[in-house]
Amino acid sequence: MHADAFDRYHHGQSPLHSLDPRVKVIVTIAFILSNALLPDGAWIAFLLAWAFILFANVISGLGTGFTFKRSFIALPFALAAITVLFSIPGKPVTSFQFIIWNLTITDAGLLRFVSIVIRSWLSVQVAILLVAVTEFPKVIHALTHLRVPAILTVIISFLYRYLFVLTDEVMRMLRARQARSAAFTGARSGGSVAWRARIAGHMAGQLFLRSYERSDRIYNAMLSRGYKGELMTLHPHHFHRSDLIIGGLSVLALVLMQIAGRL
Amino acid sequence: MQYAPVPLHIPDGFLNIVVSLICWLITVIILAMAISRTNKSLGERQVPLMGIMAAFIFAAQMINFPVAGGTSGHLLGGALAAIVLGPWAAMLVMTAVIAVQALLFQDGGLLVMGANILNMGLLTAAIGYGLYRGTFGSSRSVKLAAAGVAAWLSVMAGALATGLQLWLSGTSNLQTVVIAMLGVHALIGLGEALITVAALTFIFQTRPDLLDEKSASAQSGRGWVIAGVLISLVVVLLSPLASANPDGLERVAIDMGFIEAGQSAPFQIIPDYTLPFLGETPLSTILAGAAGVLVVLGLVFVTGRALQKRSQDLKS
Amino acid sequence: MADLQTSVVLVNNLHFSYPDGHVALRGISLKLCPGDKVALVGPNGAGKSTLMLHLNGILSDHSDIEVGGVRLTRDNLPVIRAMVGLVFQNPDDQLFSPTVFEDVAFGPLHMGLPEAEVIARVEKALEAVKMSTYRDRLSHHLSVGEKKRIAIATVLSMDPKILILDEPSAGLDPRARRTLINLLRELPITMLVSTHDMKLVEELFPRTIVMDDGRIVADGDTKEILENETLLMEHGLEKP
Repeated sequence: MHADAFDRYHHGQSPLHSLDPRVKVIVTIAFILSNALLPDGAWIAFLLAWAFILFANVISGLGTGFTFKRSFIALPFALAAITVLFSIPGKPVTSFQFIIWNLTITDAGLLRFVSIVIRSWLSVQVAILLVAVTEFPKVIHALTHLRVPAILTVIISFLYRYLFVLTDEVMRMLRARQARSAAFTGARSGGSVAWRARIAGHMAGQLFLRSYERSDRIYNAMLSRGYKGELMTLHPHHFHRSDLIIGGLSVLALVLMQIAGRL
Repeated sequence: MQYAPVPLHIPDGFLNIVVSLICWLITVIILAMAISRTNKSLGERQVPLMGIMAAFIFAAQMINFPVAGGTSGHLLGGALAAIVLGPWAAMLVMTAVIAVQALLFQDGGLLVMGANILNMGLLTAAIGYGLYRGTFGSSRSVKLAAAGVAAWLSVMAGALATGLQLWLSGTSNLQTVVIAMLGVHALIGLGEALITVAALTFIFQTRPDLLDEKSASAQSGRGWVIAGVLISLVVVLLSPLASANPDGLERVAIDMGFIEAGQSAPFQIIPDYTLPFLGETPLSTILAGAAGVLVVLGLVFVTGRALQKRSQDLKS
Repeated sequence: MADLQTSVVLVNNLHFSYPDGHVALRGISLKLCPGDKVALVGPNGAGKSTLMLHLNGILSDHSDIEVGGVRLTRDNLPVIRAMVGLVFQNPDDQLFSPTVFEDVAFGPLHMGLPEAEVIARVEKALEAVKMSTYRDRLSHHLSVGEKKRIAIATVLSMDPKILILDEPSAGLDPRARRTLINLLRELPITMLVSTHDMKLVEELFPRTIVMDDGRIVADGDTKEILENETLLMEHGLEKP
């Protein structure tokens, strides 16, 4: 497994790449909030929001279709909203038989369902773009600046740092298990579900202990470099005028979307 | 590769603002308490320990075991984390995991993260620890049994909470989503219980000092037992209510202004929550629920197959 | 050797047992002077790592140890740790920050130095290990050899009086090992290096201390010790 497996950052020199990470995080959240505030069926506003995303894609230098290609990640969850098609009273659009039931899709239901899916689809794209143009340690810095409690951002830092190390250990364990998961031809193999669960549990337990002992060694390394219980970080980010301009323009765009959504 | 195998990560767009904000409020309050309490129990070591444990939970969620026909059992880890780290530290650890899953992998949304943390991090830790803590002084088998039950209930609690949040946001029909969520997670919860118990057995055998009465995990008080039992009771009572007789719940929600009357109109597939030809009997209610579960199980089956193939592609 | 005032490390009859009863150190005494480059060799379980963990107070804060003339006590630990640069065997344990810069900055930052000074020290330390271009790299992307050199930088930034390394060449491919050897040769700092790599000992360290079963069984000129085949064999070592 390559060390890059968990990286979402795409290197580049675009204005988005060099934009202050705090501005990027704030605009991302503001965009998602704006989507949530748009009423159902606000097609013009949704279109404007999509234009915003496309524009961001273009100036990031990653290609117009960058986030589009990756945007279907949340789609399976749309299943959760499917009931809304049939349960909101309105003018029937179509009816059909599903096993023994008569299902009627109403226009109000369709409107709501499509709106939910569009909001989700737009929001996930801005989140994808955020980590594509911002190195994750910088995202963590931004969170610290934005007053997320230090202990949480530090845990997140460690998580990010050791993500690959630990998942690599898991992959090796899984591979070792796979290598020993043999079968005589023709015979049943694999043991019972309970047995398999026990093996999986032992792997988890093993990983836990190794992690616990690793954390001891890391603690020693921290002590050796003067750690006394309080974590300190440098805050090397300074706002530039361009950051404030881009941030301001983005917020303006969101306000316009809100207005368009209520016309 | 599937990073978060348990389908509880709600993406942005599926919860409305009010529900999101209320969940954030609850989450922030509880996390603030967790931050101030962890200092006392784990001391100076807490930072590297919690950091590595967060990575551990994330990695452990990748450990699977085949259940049947391409689906796998997985670990969510909230209960396990709470039992070995104590409830407050576990909440912080799970929060970090959920945050990274959302930020880096878009597994779960950003605005709805408060709800996701509540469902997968806070409730699971509370139930996991609360029920386990009640067995202090008992034999190892009792402790392990409690851990298993706690793990199963923690997953069910997360599932129920998710379902309720989706319903209150007007995204899903109450009965369908609760039945689907609980149905799917009854099985997933079983996997969680099995792995949790097996992992704890291993730790008991190799490093029992980490789990004994003097360890950090034992520092939190009996209040947790009460909290854990209460939440479990709510889950156990609310689930069948929401599944079989959602009218009452919907009436309450409408009266409290959570949802508009239009959104809770009777589901036209199953009028009056019964199958048409069976009429109003408890049996038909149960069958209606079972049908929903079967549909979802089928989807899980198909998805599980696809995910397994993807993880194999990645390993090669 | 010179008088007490100028010794970098002074250990006097150190004994230590782990909580589970295992006796790890049985009366260790040694003295390191400024400029000494000393190899610490011996079989696994000899107590080498245990000794090293004492030298910056991680294992015990009330032993008869002096570093740079300062007696090791609980209250002195921060001062001691600024003087002793301990680099662990597994660089993944040593590099615990997301970026190289943050890791190398950790030491000076926790010493309470102002921001500008911290940044200056980071750059100096990276230059000393010839890795200035790695400043903004992500730690988990680096190869083992790169991590080991950055790990050295993380303690160099604290401007220590002595560098203590645990198995620096373990796990390195020949090229990375050669780079490391060149680096250690050029660093003008007192060094105590625990290693199984006897060729490394022969090439870089004029003085060797042999440990076995918690005791120091030899302490002197490397060439002489490496010629003494009986001694080597008795303590599980081989001539390079």
